[in-house]
Amino acid sequence: MEFFLEVLIGGLLAGVMYALVAIGFVLIYKASGVFNFAQGAMVLFSALTFVSLLERGVPFWLAFVISLAAMVLLALAVERVVLRPLVNRSPITLFMATLGLSYVIEGGAQALWGAQVHGLELGISDEPLELGGMLLSQFDIFAAVTAALLVLALSLLFNKTRIGLSLRAVADDPLAALAMGIRLQRVWVLVWAVAGFVGLVAGLLWGARLGVQFSLSLVVLKALPVLIIGGFTSISGAIVGGLIVGASEKLAEVYLGPVIGGGIENWFPYVLALLFLLVRPAGLFGDRAIERV
Amino acid sequence: MFYQEAGQFSTRYAQDRRVFRLRQDRYGLVALLLLAFVGVPYLGNDYWFSAILIPFLVLSLAGLGLNLLTGYAGQLSLGSAAFMAVGAFATYNVELRVPGSPLLLSMALGGGVAALVAVLFGLPSLRIKGFYLLVSTLAAQFFVTWALTRLSWFSNNSASGVISAPRLEILGVDLNSPVGRYLLTLGVVVALFWLGKNLVRSELGRNWMAVRDMDTAAAVMGIALLKTKLLAFAISGFFLGVAGALWAFTYLGTVEPHGFDLNRSFQILFIIIIGGLGSILGNFLGAAFIVLFPVLLSNLVALLPAGLIDAGQIENLQKMAFGALIIVFLVKEPEGLARLWQKFRERARLWPLRY
Repeated sequence: MEFFLEVLIGGLLAGVMYALVAIGFVLIYKASGVFNFAQGAMVLFSALTFVSLLERGVPFWLAFVISLAAMVLLALAVERVVLRPLVNRSPITLFMATLGLSYVIEGGAQALWGAQVHGLELGISDEPLELGGMLLSQFDIFAAVTAALLVLALSLLFNKTRIGLSLRAVADDPLAALAMGIRLQRVWVLVWAVAGFVGLVAGLLWGARLGVQFSLSLVVLKALPVLIIGGFTSISGAIVGGLIVGASEKLAEVYLGPVIGGGIENWFPYVLALLFLLVRPAGLFGDRAIERV
Repeated sequence: MFYQEAGQFSTRYAQDRRVFRLRQDRYGLVALLLLAFVGVPYLGNDYWFSAILIPFLVLSLAGLGLNLLTGYAGQLSLGSAAFMAVGAFATYNVELRVPGSPLLLSMALGGGVAALVAVLFGLPSLRIKGFYLLVSTLAAQFFVTWALTRLSWFSNNSASGVISAPRLEILGVDLNSPVGRYLLTLGVVVALFWLGKNLVRSELGRNWMAVRDMDTAAAVMGIALLKTKLLAFAISGFFLGVAGALWAFTYLGTVEPHGFDLNRSFQILFIIIIGGLGSILGNFLGAAFIVLFPVLLSNLVALLPAGLIDAGQIENLQKMAFGALIIVFLVKEPEGLARLWQKFRERARLWPLRY
């Protein structure tokens, strides 16, 4: 039982990391209706920029600010080159455009900073911490606290500021928001920049765990089932989805893995998401679509 | 083209329904086929057969498979490479476990198995659509690669799941030389394109397009969604499975499950975006582009003064160029190279007059 709990909590904490990536998706999907496949590439790009600056002797805070500025520039460019010309096109087209975008960002990040693995030290030891008889990774707890702070900051931004109000208006009904004088394009830039910020935080945490390298962009594939389970339009859904995926993945690996052969964590979340979809086609917290002919 | 339909009248309905209504188009097609089947084997060299022509043909076929599903039936899929892998491994197993089974039959059976797997992962499409369907096809992608690597029965207990091509032979004719493999690939691809072109003109093809454009409306008009969508998955799976078998046996010779990873699926998706969604010709154009572009780019870089761009950067550049091209095509010409070709033909038809 104790072992079960240990695996469960370890999985939940790992799920927080998935949720972090998934939040970036949800932000963009809500505001611009784009399923942003390039979120993983953005995670890679921001983390790679940060680490490379750090290695060139730039202080921590300055590297963070410069990386953030890079993400804002990226958001501006994306709005200009991708979103604006593709306005009113089908969501599938926009998705494929972000697929192209992810190739551009990945290629660009590696052309700029090289393809080798960079170690990243955030100054948190990864010694297991004993809590109530269970061994928990100190780093995972730090990640969970960071995620909680991030979500808190985001909900403050969304609910207590003018910017947040316009973001929510656009998410609710883009046409009505436009008619009220909200500048859609500025909201898009803003929301892509915020998603870039979330990507940077996720990139730093994932980078400290795995090393900053190309495989970082593959976390997008981990985040997809999280989104499906939680629904595309809900931040709390992303977190709940992340926790479900993290926990069930670890439990499956430990208890189911030996039975059918290991290495199942690549596809298990997808099968889980599929089962969820058959029961709730719009995810746990997603909006139900109404169809008219 | 530089000819018009003037003077060519249809006197029967059958003539009106032909794929190529103009005499010149028909002669052109025959000339093209003659060139491909007779001319190229005499003119080409082994490098062209093994490195350019065979992958071009196989990727065109894979593009057609995905295009039927995504371009015609409107079901987005990121699992193409998985269905190719199923086709390759199933063909291998038929050849291995049924001694003396003819090569083409094994390939057809391999395609059939891929079709079954595709239907299995297409089942959720009845309940979910759009992005949510991506999950199902991605599940196929990861699950199939995992199963083929882990369950060593599929690869006849070889280490790390590598399979090698059987002897390629049809009716006693040895096809193991580059020319032979080219002709085998060409024959299969031409036959399946003929089938594909006629499929999309049939009732089924029209149903697919209705479902793509709006499936609720299609259902209201009496199109059976269940049958139409699952047939799209099955037929697409069959085409992709045969393409996978060709990829493994005529192009690479030896293949492991990881040769059919997610990047291969993306590559096939790019073929149909660049070539043209919902176009048969587009598959050839897109595949030619995907095969030739890296060759062209590395030749271009070689022309630049040495040291300006080092070899490691070529791959990054290629990636960026592909990504940028995808975006440019989606913005400027969502119907791809096929549409550009069509526009050119319309202009050439009137040239040098303006209208």
